[in-house]
Amino acid sequence: MRKLPLIIKREYLAKVRNRSFVIMTFLSPILMVAMVVLIAYLTKLNDGEKRVVAILNESDYFSTDFHTTESVSYLRFFDIDLATAKDSTANMGYSGLLYIPHETDLEIVAKRAVFYSKDAPSSVLLDKIEMVFQERLRQRRLQNIGVSPKDFATVDDRFEMDTATYSGEKNLKHINEIKAAIGGAFGYLIMMFIIIYGGFVMRSVIEEKTSRIIEVIISSVKPFQLMLGKIIGTSLAGITQFAIWIMSAGILLFVALAILDIEPTSLTAGQDVVNSAAGELAPPIPAVDETLGLYSQEFFKIPWLMLICFFLIYFVLGYLIYSSIYAAIGAAVDNETDTQQFIFPIILPLMLAIYVGFFSVFNNPQGPIAVGFSLFPLTSPIVMLMRLPWGIGEGGVPIWQLLVSILLLVGTFIGIVWLAAKIYRVGILMYGKKPSYKELFKWLRY
Amino acid sequence: MNNILVTEEVTKQFGNYTALDKVSLEIPKNSIYGLLGPNGAGKTTLIRIINQITYPDSGTVFFDGEPLMPSHIAKIGYLPEERGLYKSMKVGEQALYLAQLKGLEKGEAKRRLKYWFERLEIGDWWNKKIQELSKGMAQKIQFIVTVLHQPKLLIFDEPFSGFDPINANLIKDEILNLKSRGTSIIFSTHRMESVEELCEYIALIHESEKILDGKLSEIKKAYKNNKFHVGMAIDQGSLFLEEMEQRFDLAHSTYDPVEKQMNFTVQLPSDDSRGLLGYLSTKGKVNHFQESIPSANEIFIQTVQQKGTHA
Repeated sequence: MRKLPLIIKREYLAKVRNRSFVIMTFLSPILMVAMVVLIAYLTKLNDGEKRVVAILNESDYFSTDFHTTESVSYLRFFDIDLATAKDSTANMGYSGLLYIPHETDLEIVAKRAVFYSKDAPSSVLLDKIEMVFQERLRQRRLQNIGVSPKDFATVDDRFEMDTATYSGEKNLKHINEIKAAIGGAFGYLIMMFIIIYGGFVMRSVIEEKTSRIIEVIISSVKPFQLMLGKIIGTSLAGITQFAIWIMSAGILLFVALAILDIEPTSLTAGQDVVNSAAGELAPPIPAVDETLGLYSQEFFKIPWLMLICFFLIYFVLGYLIYSSIYAAIGAAVDNETDTQQFIFPIILPLMLAIYVGFFSVFNNPQGPIAVGFSLFPLTSPIVMLMRLPWGIGEGGVPIWQLLVSILLLVGTFIGIVWLAAKIYRVGILMYGKKPSYKELFKWLRY
Repeated sequence: MNNILVTEEVTKQFGNYTALDKVSLEIPKNSIYGLLGPNGAGKTTLIRIINQITYPDSGTVFFDGEPLMPSHIAKIGYLPEERGLYKSMKVGEQALYLAQLKGLEKGEAKRRLKYWFERLEIGDWWNKKIQELSKGMAQKIQFIVTVLHQPKLLIFDEPFSGFDPINANLIKDEILNLKSRGTSIIFSTHRMESVEELCEYIALIHESEKILDGKLSEIKKAYKNNKFHVGMAIDQGSLFLEEMEQRFDLAHSTYDPVEKQMNFTVQLPSDDSRGLLGYLSTKGKVNHFQESIPSANEIFIQTVQQKGTHA
């Protein structure tokens, strides 16, 4: 068995020294960061564009309601008629003209107000204007039924339902999405790793076949050793690449954002800024810090150590299963173009796992679909990891499911590797045969 | 133990196809053994079984008296017919890797490689990549890697394909040199004439069966059929020919009246070449007298035909 380290070393070095691999390793993080920075920059540019809205206000209302903000500025016309106002708005290239007619009753004023613009106005802009009207109308209506703004403020306090587990621990509502996203990220990582490096294993097998070195090698080592060494060596190269990607992308992103002065949060928080442009009676936003604190508390309560342990278990088993299938495919064909018919059935369960996982686990992490797919061995590495952030035992994954899932996975691992090794052993010495599934089945009996 | 390798009724099937049918061979130590037969006869399958790449469905293989086991791999050197090298790896690195896979320790492997690289005058190739080498050059590397671990048994499958005549001779000399140092060698080829001169023993494989095996000289003795090629200087060609045809079974006769040279083949009923030669020398000057020895190819064809008529 001391030949195995030799094979692993060769496969690793062959992969790591490969020119396109080196280029991809160092280029990918740069490309990725460039893309993120570009998106951030474009978002900023978009937000930075200032819209100008002209207002022709003939009523007695709204004289102080439209405040120029970061993204919209208001320009008031006085003592001109509507037609002239429309003309000049269009000529000046403003975003639109808000016409508020002269009426005595606020309700009628609001009803008859019109926003003129060349094209359909942006919904964000319209929302802002509508919000101003709505606030004003609400205040008026409240006054009519005799509620003072101060009373209303106390009435309009935002309510949030407290959620808790049966054992009395406090729950947070959005924590499910966060947990699913964390699990999803792990699952997605596994899928990407399998597809990229499984493909590498396959190509490496094909290369040994086409260069005709295979028979020289397997007269010295067992085909199974070669297959195993290839899979391990390639995955070590893959882990090296991933580590370089994650580290360099992190550093580059940090540096790039610092240089361009883009707040990382602006990538996600664009929507909130718009909504907060409400009137003076907007209900006070509940203590953000407190919620954030709870979230981070919950975030740290996620059983990270357990999660990472199981990630490693599912990752190793899942990757070995799939990459040995890839190796068998590589052995069965003479060149890469013949692989298509075999690749699709491999990708299918992976895709299914990701999509089913995202939909069903997000909705109901302990539902029957989620449970089913987290037990089925070809999808369990991805789906079970999506469920695991909820913990093991009460409220999370029952222990029996975890055990069954891992046992099934180990059983499948042994079975698939055995089958793949058989196909591999026969396939690597077959030249010029276009393999079919029927043919592969026959090889199992050789 | 006089045999390096013995196979006993080795049978191998691929699905419904029988690749080897009860093949029994005895390969003597320190000999060159020819495994001859047309393409698809089962030679490569047999060799793969000896190298433990595939396993027989039934039958046993003995290596040096012991049933074949994984540890024997280090004592066998195999140059497959389908041979290649990693294209993007450097020559030295690659040779070192393959040598280590055969169980050689790294320092020892390096030392031996240096020796062989210099012996075959390719010392400056160490840092070249395989894709920069010609096919013949790559074959030299493959040869070195095959013999580097000083195996007791060397197996060459179509060894000379891909070599130019000069390098083929070089390799042939190296093989004879290895044999003189005690190595046993198996040649497998479908071009029977090419290794016939090297082999002391042969086995003929046809349609998955061994149809003939043994010492080449004895096989030839058994298959020679008292045919003699004769060349004579004769004045009266046609007269002599008439006389000869009455006495002997004659074939392929030609007469050159200018040179007064007659050539023909005689088929004798028995091995009495002395009588024939005595008779001929009374008739003219014999300048060429040779017993016709069948080639392996002729023996093969004859054996296959005999098999066909028996069946």
